[in-house]
Amino acid sequence: MLKILEGRERQIQRKGEEPFAMDCGKQSLAGSVSQRACVFCGSRVVLYPIADALHLVHGPIGCAAFTWDIRGALSSGPQLHRLSFSTDLREIEVIHGGEKKLYAALCELIDAHQPKAAFVYATCIIGIIGDDVDAVCKRVSQEKGIPVLAVHSEGFKGTKKDGYRAACDAMAQLIGSGSTEGIGPLSVNLLGDFNLAGEIWMVRDYFKRMGVEVVACVTGDGRVGDIQRAHGAALNLVQCSGSMMHLAKSMKETWKVPFLRVSYFGIEDMAQALYDVAKFFHEPEMMARTRELVKEEVDAIMPRILEYRRILQGRKAAIYVGGAFKTFSLVRALRLLGIKTVLAGSQTGNREDYEQLRELCDEGTIIVDDSNPLELASFLEEKAVDLFIGGVKERPIAYKLGVGFCDHNHERKEALAGFSGMLNFAREVHSSIMSPVWKLTPRNRDAAQTVTPVHACDAGCNPSDDTLASTAVLAVPRDLEASVSKEQAL
Amino acid sequence: MSASSMAPAKTRPHFLSTRNACKLCAPLGACLALRGIEGAIPFLHGSQGCATYMRRYIISHFREPMDIAASNFNETSAIFGGGDNLHLGLHNVTAQYHPALIGIATTCLTETIGEDVERLLGEYRTANADSELPELFATSTASYRGTHVDGFHATVRSAVGALAQAGERQRRINVLPGMVSPADLRYLKEIFEDFDVPLTLLPDYSETLDGPALANYAKIPAGGTPAAAIRAMGGALATLEFGRTLAAHKTAGALLEERFGVACHRLGLPIGVQETDRLYQSIEKLSGAPTPASHQLERGRLIDAYVDGHKYVFGKRAIVYGDEDLVVGLTAFLSEIGITPVLCASGGESRLLARAIDEVTDGAAAAGIIRVQEGADFMDIGEEAAELKPDLLIGNSKGYASARHLGVPLIRVGFPIHDRIGGQRILHLGYRGAQRLFDEVVNTLLERKQDDSSVGYSYM
Repeated sequence: MLKILEGRERQIQRKGEEPFAMDCGKQSLAGSVSQRACVFCGSRVVLYPIADALHLVHGPIGCAAFTWDIRGALSSGPQLHRLSFSTDLREIEVIHGGEKKLYAALCELIDAHQPKAAFVYATCIIGIIGDDVDAVCKRVSQEKGIPVLAVHSEGFKGTKKDGYRAACDAMAQLIGSGSTEGIGPLSVNLLGDFNLAGEIWMVRDYFKRMGVEVVACVTGDGRVGDIQRAHGAALNLVQCSGSMMHLAKSMKETWKVPFLRVSYFGIEDMAQALYDVAKFFHEPEMMARTRELVKEEVDAIMPRILEYRRILQGRKAAIYVGGAFKTFSLVRALRLLGIKTVLAGSQTGNREDYEQLRELCDEGTIIVDDSNPLELASFLEEKAVDLFIGGVKERPIAYKLGVGFCDHNHERKEALAGFSGMLNFAREVHSSIMSPVWKLTPRNRDAAQTVTPVHACDAGCNPSDDTLASTAVLAVPRDLEASVSKEQAL
Repeated sequence: MSASSMAPAKTRPHFLSTRNACKLCAPLGACLALRGIEGAIPFLHGSQGCATYMRRYIISHFREPMDIAASNFNETSAIFGGGDNLHLGLHNVTAQYHPALIGIATTCLTETIGEDVERLLGEYRTANADSELPELFATSTASYRGTHVDGFHATVRSAVGALAQAGERQRRINVLPGMVSPADLRYLKEIFEDFDVPLTLLPDYSETLDGPALANYAKIPAGGTPAAAIRAMGGALATLEFGRTLAAHKTAGALLEERFGVACHRLGLPIGVQETDRLYQSIEKLSGAPTPASHQLERGRLIDAYVDGHKYVFGKRAIVYGDEDLVVGLTAFLSEIGITPVLCASGGESRLLARAIDEVTDGAAAAGIIRVQEGADFMDIGEEAAELKPDLLIGNSKGYASARHLGVPLIRVGFPIHDRIGGQRILHLGYRGAQRLFDEVVNTLLERKQDDSSVGYSYM
């Protein structure tokens, strides 16, 4: 087994062993080959989907080149966010400063593309060469008459989480500058959904059917104008809490907009999110409509989900994703498919997240913070998993070992949120695990000689169990208070 | 030659910013090159994000594990220097991976704050004098200086500079192929094997970035040029270095010539018949062996195919973009089959691109038949394309949006290929590579003609 690096021992635990508080939220250990990116990455992923803004990366070319059109974040209108703009600093500017070039670049790009706002991402060397990005932004903003916002995202100044914070700080400057006229009392902002593969459109449709108005999507299919009037909404719904909690808290403080943590992944969590909103608004009719909606949606997908469950029952999965909150949803969604999670980890979870994860998971599950390829590979081998859920950097680890893989990251082009997303997820998990190619891969070929393969309906897959799975979601929703964590008491 | 291609370029607003870059940063090239050394781990001295972004970018093309370590700078290291981080990082990478070699590439951050990596490595060696350390060497790859291609070549030079030693002359040839595909590297090895000439190929990521499925995870994938082979490069018969746009005195080939007297023969990337002929002539001359019959046959079949397909391609207009030397090679190929590369564009800025294009096209750039753009980005290319009305684009997958906008097919070559699988298996070089390219170009044009036809003949 792999020897864990000194300094990382308190970031890995197994349920069933003596529990301890994870030593997370710290910078990645040098040389550990962390799967995390940097402060810039955190800012860039959060702001990326704002489609009518100019996103200008200030620095040498790499940071802009590596983030050009890489996400599945869709826009229903402008596509400006899919272009990559860089000041492409050269040695001469590193010596003499990049402010002049930044000013000229901003002016020419704003003239050419007429964005509603501009975000300027300061990368690693900007502070070091002494550029006053704020001053340049202020000047251009005055000259061009649009908000021009500096995002202080120097890669080395913290972790990806600090990048989220810098992005939230930039957006906080927009909020409050738009008119809230015409916004009704039953209104929400959707924070932390990035409209990958059109997911936010599905979620918006649910709210429309419930009678809830969506004011601003932050940031999936995002628009500057909507964000400017986001303070007029009655409630913030925070998915991807790691990235958006800072904005939610600052809006609560400044604009008295309360927030709820939600997740749109998996039937249970999606239903819970809708029930929580209905309960928040204290509208009996809305609750009735919500129940109707959930029943309709669940009924539409459940027969096929159960078909997949019959086939997938008893399989084992590993999860390693960016945010811990998504991990909870995935554990539950996999459970619905009869799949046991044997490894659950994230890049940016906090102590509470990991405690909650430990409670949620089965005995023996490995819980890991800020892992790396060698650890992940050794966990996959140790647990003999059938499926790995992660992002592009995790994929080759799984594939090399002949393990099925499901992309649940920003690059994906499959909608996995909402009720129909759960069916897509089940379909993808099924096609990942059941492909005949695994019969040919060396690890499974070797294993097949000693281990009996899992057959459909091997365990716990009887009709009453199926009924349980669907009624659990349709039953009285989990108590609202119970689903709100201490830190965000309304 | 149609009149429009010879018209002077219309004046467009000159953009100071880079819009959809047609290049990447230098450390990425360093990481790729280091992946081609046996038992090596690439190590970036700088922020964590650089390593992660490059890993994602490289993985998406090769679809193979690509571990890159970093010294993970924080604010303290940015102010007081990253020596501690570098030392801890090297220690941790060594503990986890047990590498034979760690290649340390700098980033914009460490170059800007003026880190003296050589000194830091010296301190690390001294502090660990008791333990057996992996081979360590540094390369300077500031991302504000040059592109990924420059980073690649700088790293190959640094590897040779750090390892190569003087040795007794042996009948062995060094080949420095530049940034080509694993399939290209495998084919080069096959050619030399058939000539029965020992070869040192540097770098060689033909296995490390296109390896087999495994039963157990390999910390460092098998394959790559062994350090011992690099050490012996000083005793080779000669070096063949591919690239017409390389700064002549700054390459690994130049270093081997200066330091060890190993003659450096500079060739273009062997793409198309004529550039490949030059390679075979060089090998024949150096080895004293004739071109093997199977290769002569391959060449013969290629020319036969050129004849079969010539009418479908003649007079077609192509835009070629990407790494400068790949652009030169493709231009040589296109010109010899009757396609006019109306625009040759690259994000690189060697200041040698136009001259190199002239060398392989009898002066078509100087004659104004081919437009050449260094320092181009994809918006520049798109704007040129709107005027030039090409029939096809040839380059990496980042030109897809431009091709789609123009409504013309894209022939995918080079790096990166992020929207198809098999980028690592695209063969560009040699007679066989030209055969594959030619078939694809002809069939793409035929398909277009067939699809556009109202009749839809099934017999073309």
